[in-house]
Amino acid sequence: MNELTTASLESGVPAPAMPALEDGAGESVAMRVRDACVFYGDKQALFDISIDINACSVTSLIGPSGCGKSTFLRCLNRMNDTIEGARVTGEFLLGGRDIYDPGLDVVELRARVGMVFQKPNPFPKSIFENVAYGPRIHGIARSRADLEEVVVGSLVKAGLFEEVKDRLLEPGTGLSGGQQQRLCIARAIAVSPEVILMDEPCSALDPIATARIEELIDELRANYTIIIVTHSMQQAARVSQRTAFFHLGILVEEGETSHIFTNPDDERTQDYITGRFG
Amino acid sequence: MTEISARAPVNWSAPSSESRRRRRHAADRRLQAYGLIAISIAIGLLAILVMSLIVTGHSAFVQTELTLRLDISADRVKREDPASGDYRAIIADALAAHFLEIDNPRDRRALARIATNNAQFMVRDAVVADPSVIGGTLTLPVPVSDPYDQLNKGYIDPDLPEEQRRLSDLEIGWFNALADKGLIAAPFNWGLFVNADSRFPELAGLSGAIVGSFYALLVCFLISFPVGIAAAVYLEEFAPRSRASDVLEVNINNLAAVPSIVFGLLGLAVFLNFFGLPRSAPLVGGMVLSLMTLPTIIIVTRAALKAVPPSLREAALGMGASKHQMIAHHVLPLALPGILTGTIIGLAQALGESAPLLLIGMNAFVTSAPGGVLDASTALSTQIFIWADSPERGFVSRTSAGILVLLGFLIVMNLIAIILRRRFERKW
Repeated sequence: MNELTTASLESGVPAPAMPALEDGAGESVAMRVRDACVFYGDKQALFDISIDINACSVTSLIGPSGCGKSTFLRCLNRMNDTIEGARVTGEFLLGGRDIYDPGLDVVELRARVGMVFQKPNPFPKSIFENVAYGPRIHGIARSRADLEEVVVGSLVKAGLFEEVKDRLLEPGTGLSGGQQQRLCIARAIAVSPEVILMDEPCSALDPIATARIEELIDELRANYTIIIVTHSMQQAARVSQRTAFFHLGILVEEGETSHIFTNPDDERTQDYITGRFG
Repeated sequence: MTEISARAPVNWSAPSSESRRRRRHAADRRLQAYGLIAISIAIGLLAILVMSLIVTGHSAFVQTELTLRLDISADRVKREDPASGDYRAIIADALAAHFLEIDNPRDRRALARIATNNAQFMVRDAVVADPSVIGGTLTLPVPVSDPYDQLNKGYIDPDLPEEQRRLSDLEIGWFNALADKGLIAAPFNWGLFVNADSRFPELAGLSGAIVGSFYALLVCFLISFPVGIAAAVYLEEFAPRSRASDVLEVNINNLAAVPSIVFGLLGLAVFLNFFGLPRSAPLVGGMVLSLMTLPTIIIVTRAALKAVPPSLREAALGMGASKHQMIAHHVLPLALPGILTGTIIGLAQALGESAPLLLIGMNAFVTSAPGGVLDASTALSTQIFIWADSPERGFVSRTSAGILVLLGFLIVMNLIAIILRRRFERKW
C-alpha cells in the first residue's frame, strides 16, 4: 500500500543540496523528485532523495548493492506498488504532475514511463506479439497495418529488425539473451514513452551484447529520457551524461558524469569509484 | 593468518579419508536401494490388485449365448399385434425340439430356464422389428441364464455331489447336449457396456452407470472449474494478506481433507431436503462431487499461478497492463496446463468416489440409462457397490469387471491430463 504524504520531512535527516538546479541550468527537466522516502514495513530503504532528471539524456544510478538505487528506479513508475508493505512518500513530478496522485492512472503512468528489467523477460509469445502488446492494450494502433508499422518501427529503433525480420512470428523467447533484451527495449518504446527506466539491463549479457545495448542507449537518448541503474562504472561513464551515486539509501552526490568520475565532491564517492568499497 | 597456514596439509590418500569416502558411497547406494525397494513394493501391490481383478473379472467380458431356432407360428403371434404374442411358449418349444424325450411339464419348464428369463422380450423385440418372420422361423442368439453361464465358464464343478451344486445332472446333460450340437457360443459381452442394470447377472451392464457418471462429472466440472479458478485467482492475485485470508487459506486446505461422506451428508441435508432436488439424480451427485473437487482445483490453481515467474508479471505490469490484463493475457495462459492437469485429477478422484453418492441415493436399482441430469441413475462407483452386494454368482465377476472399467476410465483421464500438459506447456 502506498500512501502519498507530500509533507514527508518527518525525520531530522537534512535534505541534501539539489545539485541538478545548479548544474542543469537551461536543460529541461523530465522528472523532478523531492524528499522521496521508501519504507519496506518498518525498515526505511531510501532517505529524502531529491533529484532532477534531465530530458533527452541518460542518467545513471550507481552505488554498492543494497544502496537503494533499484528501489528508487522502481518508484519512478510505481512498480513498488506491487510489493506488499512498501510505502513511498515524497514528491515525484512527471510533466508537472505528481505520479503518486490518486487521480493519476498507473496504467497511463507506466505507458509514459517504460521499464526494461535486469533479466530479459519477453512474453512467451511471438516476436511480433511481444512488441504489439503495448500498443494493443493502450489502443495506440487501431488497424493491423498501423500495428505493423509501430512494431517494425520499434524493432528498427531497437536495432533488432534486421536480425529478426524473417521470423517475426517465432517465439521471442527463442532469441539470444542480448536480442531478448533489445526485444524488451523495442517492446518498451512501442508505446512511445517519455522516460525509459533500465534496471541493470546488461548484467545478464556478454560484452558484445552489452556493447550493442550501450550503443542503442546512446541512440535512444535523442528521443527519450533514460535512467539506468548499473553496477559497472565503466558503463555509467560510457553511456550517461549525469550520474547519481547512492549509498545506504542516501543520494550522496549527483552531477555531470565527467565530474563525478574525475573529481567527486564527496569522499564516499571517491572511495567507491576508485574501488575501495562496494 | 600464520596459525592457519601452519596446519598440516590434508592427506587425501590416507586410509582414514579412503574409508570415509567408501562410507559415503555406501550411504548413497543404500539410499538408492531403499527407493528401489519402495517402488518395487508399490508396483507389486498394484500388480497384485490388477491381476486379481483380471482373474476374477475377465470372465464377465464374455457371455455364454445359446442360438435358438424359433418357430414363430401364426397361432402364437398375431400378425396385427406382434407385441403381445406368447413368446415364452415359443422359446420353450424351440428348446423342447432338441429333447423330444422330455414329456413331463416340470422338466419342460426347467429346460426353458436355460435361456435367460428376458429371452422372451428379446424375441418379441426382434419380431416387432421385422413382422415378416411371423409364420416362419427366426434364428436368434440369446444369453443363457446365470447358472449355465457359470457352468460354461467352469465355475460349476460337475464332479461335486449333485445336491451341492446349482444344476442337476439332468440339467448339465441338457447343456452339454446343446453344446455338442454347436449351439453354445461365448462371444464378447457387449451387453456389459450396452445394457443397464438388471436383476439377472447375465443381462446386467454398466451403460446406466457410465452415462450417470458422465452426467455427474459434467455437472461437477461445470461448477467446480469456473468457481475454483475464480476463487484461486482472487486469493492469489487480489486478496490482501491479512488474518482473514490466512484463515480462509487454512480452511480451504482443511476442506480438501474432509471425508467425502461428510459432503454426502451435506448434499442430503441441503440439496435434497432443503432445496428439494430429486433423489438419485446425477445433477445432485455432480453438485456434491463439486464440493469435493473444489478445494483440489483451488489448491492446484493457486500453485500453478504461483509458479508463473514474477519477471513475467513485472513485464506485463511494466508495459502498463492492468491487473486483469496481466492475469488474463499472461498469467492464466501459462498456468493453464497445471490447472487442467489438476482439474482432471480432481475429476478422476470424483469419478471414483462412492460414499457421497450413496447418501444422495445414487445406489438405486435403475434399469435404464438416465436421459438427463434429473433422471434417477447410478454411477460407476455405486454400481460396483450394488453388484458387490448382490448374491448371484454372476455378479462376482461383474463387480471385478466394473472395477476394471472404472480403472480404465481413470487411466484414460490421467492420460488426457498428461497430453494436455505436454500440449500447452510453454517454455519461458
